[in-house]
Order: sequence, then structure tokens, then C-alpha cells
Amino acid sequence: MRWINTRPGRGTQLALMLLPFLLLAVAYGFGSAARLAENANDKLLPSLAGFADAIDRMAFVADQRTGDYLLWSDTRASLVRLFAGLGISTVIALLIGMAIGMLPYLRALLSPFVAVISMVPPLALLPILFIVMGLGETSKIALIVIGIAPTMIRDLALRVLELPREQIIKAETLGGSSWQIALRVLLPQILPRLITCLRLQIGPAWLFLIAAEAISSDSGLGYRIFLVRRYLSMDVIFPYVVWITLLAVVTNYALDRIRIVVFPWSELETQG
Amino acid sequence: MSELVIQNVWKEYGDQIVLENVSLTVASRAFVALVGPSGCGKSTFLRMLLGQEKPTRGTILIDGQPMPTEPGPDRGIVFQRYSVFPHLTVLGNVLLGKEFSKSRHKAKLFGAARRNAVEEARDLITEVGLSGTEQKYPVQLSGGMQQRLALAQALIMKPKVLLLDEPFGALDPGIRAEIHTLMKRLWHETQMTIVMVTHDMREAFTLASRIVAFERRRDRPEEKQRYGATITNDIAIWPPRQAGVPSIFSPDRDGPVAFLGHRRDDLALSGESSEAH
Ligand SMILES: Nc1ncnc2c1ncn2[C@@H]1O[C@H](COP(=O)(O)OP(=O)(O)OP(=O)(O)O)[C@@H](O)[C@H]1O
Ligand SMILES: [Mg+2]
Repeated sequence: MRWINTRPGRGTQLALMLLPFLLLAVAYGFGSAARLAENANDKLLPSLAGFADAIDRMAFVADQRTGDYLLWSDTRASLVRLFAGLGISTVIALLIGMAIGMLPYLRALLSPFVAVISMVPPLALLPILFIVMGLGETSKIALIVIGIAPTMIRDLALRVLELPREQIIKAETLGGSSWQIALRVLLPQILPRLITCLRLQIGPAWLFLIAAEAISSDSGLGYRIFLVRRYLSMDVIFPYVVWITLLAVVTNYALDRIRIVVFPWSELETQG
Repeated sequence: MSELVIQNVWKEYGDQIVLENVSLTVASRAFVALVGPSGCGKSTFLRMLLGQEKPTRGTILIDGQPMPTEPGPDRGIVFQRYSVFPHLTVLGNVLLGKEFSKSRHKAKLFGAARRNAVEEARDLITEVGLSGTEQKYPVQLSGGMQQRLALAQALIMKPKVLLLDEPFGALDPGIRAEIHTLMKRLWHETQMTIVMVTHDMREAFTLASRIVAFERRRDRPEEKQRYGATITNDIAIWPPRQAGVPSIFSPDRDGPVAFLGHRRDDLALSGESSEAH
């Protein structure tokens, strides 16, 4: 049988899925054990016990200075910023992206502009944001929006343009006005793609969030990582990184489930 | 119920002349089959009848009025593909036209208005043989079922003109015969004028009351750009088919075989009818 036609069974699939994670953990274990055997005070690759200790300290013991449980207060601060940024970007992308995709006049007006804006490196704008909006929440959320909204707008506009022309013609022959066609034909077909687009932007959104937090903040997961870096606290940094990854993975998965539940037809289509 | 008058229509895309000097009068309630080689401009012609595109020169009148410059509810269409909405169920697809016309802002019906519309939609769904599939999505239907759905969806608007662009090209012969029976019945029962593009001569002769052939008169490669296609044959089916009138001669004649012998008459007829313009 050709390789392209051999498929793993269910059990094998599960085993294969776990294998790279396991290998990574084992490799780390060996590396850590080797370094610690040489120098028991080595900070670079802490042992499992070291992690457990640090996690316990960050998550389950109140901070002496503020009385907060740091992991949770950091998570809350970061997620509020992240979701605010993602939410605002989604609304902007939906409105402008649909308009660009649908209306030739707005396309002529905005499409080149958005294309140019999306090429501006967002991090280069960060100082400007800090100067204009101050060091508070606004500038961090704004960075996320500036970082991901242009890409989302372009993606959605393309998706609208990709819809078969025949569908829109058909809707016109059913007597639909521009508004009605937008509402009943384009929007429902764009929403599942918007969710997919949003999933792809979770990574970049975290990037911009952590960058902003690293530079100026007093809370947040990115802030904490860059703070403890000064003390080479790998035992804190690693769990934080894993935690951020986990949050991103869960968000990604949840969004996909939402798409399947709310738009069952979009899943049928990908199978068909 | 409406007459289409096409007068000296030319269509050019940039330098390429696609159609030249096409003149045709389609009587109310006629069933015209449009045939011709691939790429000769049949779909282009249909798009002009739809109002999706404007002729470069010439005029198209519908019931004596100039053709609107955009598609509208009086002209229905079924394309070869992509005619139905993948995000709506069968029922939702058929309802959509009603919802557009009855609900300006929300484009959605509720309560009694919805119940009435649903009832009408269900009748049409039954009419095209799709009852029982109301809650399915188009991807869950076969190709033939999707085309029947597209028909039902267009019919709920009660269009004056129904345009079909190779609607049954991809279907197997069995399903096609079924849909042909359906098309005949619809043509007889409704008031529509039908223009159908097809590659299948048998289909053309089975369904139409008149067959119009497009062809390039000059088709050498160096002439392709400069000369468009035009009407080269215009055959009225004999004995005549009329909407709403069952054929007395052979109620279910069903293929080109019977017509092979009439070829000369057909050509003569075409001479007559082109003189008529
Ligand atoms: N939007 C367009 N821009 C430029 N040329 C076009 C356009 N649409 C069609 N054409 C050209 O017009 C000619 C006729 O195309 P059309 O699709 O009408 O052919 P057709 O008779 O429907 O062919 P088929 O039987 O294969 O569907 C083709 O040569 C095509 O290249
Ligand atoms: Mg065509």
C-alpha cells in the first residue's frame, strides 16, 4: 500500500498525538537532571519539584505585598486585555471587512488603505501609543487591535469576495436589497469564517499583549515573566509559558466548538 | 407572462467580440432552448437577459420596457452550480424570497406571516419532489435534488421569465428525465417564459417550444477576436408546443428521433421566422 493511503487507527492516533509531548518532557527531564547533578543550585532547567514549588507559590499563596494570588490576578489582567482586543478587532473586522467585500465604492476607498496599514509593524507604533494614550490599559488593547484588525479585515473582505457571484445574483433575483442580502446571505456565511480567522489571530494577539505588558505594566502574565527574568526564575517562567499556551489552546478549541454548534452547516461543508 | 424583444444586440469584452447582431423575439410563455458550441456566448446572453450585464450595443425589452440594469424578482435564474445557499436548509432556501419581499428590514418572518410562507414553501417543495428533506442542508442533497431546490427557490417569486443556464448538465440520465417531466409540468402550469441554455440536443428537443442556435459564422483562429457568434438557426418545434395546451399529436414524445425526418422543414421554418424579424 502507498504511504499516502496508510492511516493510523484510533489508539495509534492517540499515542502518536501524545508522543511529541512526551518526548519533550523526557528530554527536559534528562537535561534538567544532568544539570542539577552537576550543580544543585542551577536555575536554568529546574526540576519538577522546583516547578511544583513555584506553582504553589504563585497560584495558591497570597502575595505578601498585595495579598493577591499572583497567577490568578495576572491571568485576569491579561485575559481582560486580550479579549477586549480580540472583541474590538472582531467587530471592526466584521463591519469594515463586509463593507469592503460587498460595496465597490467602499472597496475602492478602503481596500488599498487597509492593505498599507496592515504592513505597518505594530510594535514600532507602541511608543506612539504609550505617548498618546498613556501607559494604562487603553494603549495595550489598542496595540492588539492595531496588530490584528487589519489582517482580519483583509481576510474577511477576501472571504466575502470569494463567495460565488452566482449566490449574490440569485439573492437579487429573489428580490433582496443590499441590506437584506448582507444580513441573510453574506453575514451568516461570513461568521463561521470570522471565527476561524479569529482563531488564527490568537497567537499574534498574545504576542502583542505580552510585548505591551513587558514594556509597561504592573500586572499580567507578560509583565510577570519579564519581571522574574531579572532573578533568572525559570521555575516561574516555564509554568507561565505553559499556562499561556494552555489558555491559547483552550480558546482556540472553544471557538471551533462554538462554530460547529452555531453553524452546523459549515462543518458539513468541510466534510463534503 | 412576458415577451422578450432583443434588438441588434452586440456584446464585446475589451477587444473580443462575443456576440454580434443578435435579434430575437421570444413570445410570452415560450420555452426557448439556447444551444451552441462552448464559449460562443450563451451564458453571456443569459446574463444580459438577467440584467446582470449590459449589451455593448442594441436593446433588450421586456414587455416593451427596457431591461433593468440589475437582476430583479421578475426574472428568476437557475445556474449550473452555486444556485442555492449552503447555510440555509431546504425550507430556508425556498422561504428566502418570501422573507425578502415581506420583511424589508429584518428579512425574516415570524408568527402567522411565517406560517403562511412556510405553507407556500412546503407546497413548492412537494411540487419539485423534495418533501421530507425540508430540514436538510444543500450539501446533504444530491446534485439533482439541489437543482430541484434551486428551481423551487426561483419559483416562489413567481417570476415572469425563468432563465436556466445548463441546469441539468451534471445529472445522470435517469434523474434528468425526472426533472424534464417536472419542467414540462411547471411550464404548462405557470405563466413563465423560459429560456434555457443546454448542450444536450435531446433535452432541447424534449422540452422546448423553440430552439435557437448560436454560432460563429467565421471561426478561424485569426478571426476569433473580431467576429462574434450570432443566431444561425431558429427552429420552432413542429408540431407546435404551447404552454398549457397538451400536445394532441403525441402527448409524450420524448426525443429527437421523431424529428430527424423533419430537419428540412425545420430549416425552412427557421427561414420564415428570421424573416419575421
Ligand atoms: N467577464 C468576462 N470578461 C471577458 N471575457 C468574457 C467574460 N465572460 C465571458 N467572456 C468571454 O465570452 C465568451 C463567451 O463566454 P460564455 O461563458 O458566454 O460562453 P458559453 O456559450 O456560455 O460557453 P459554455 O457552453 O462553455 O458555458 C468566451 O470566449 C469568454 O472568454
Ligand atoms: Mg455557459
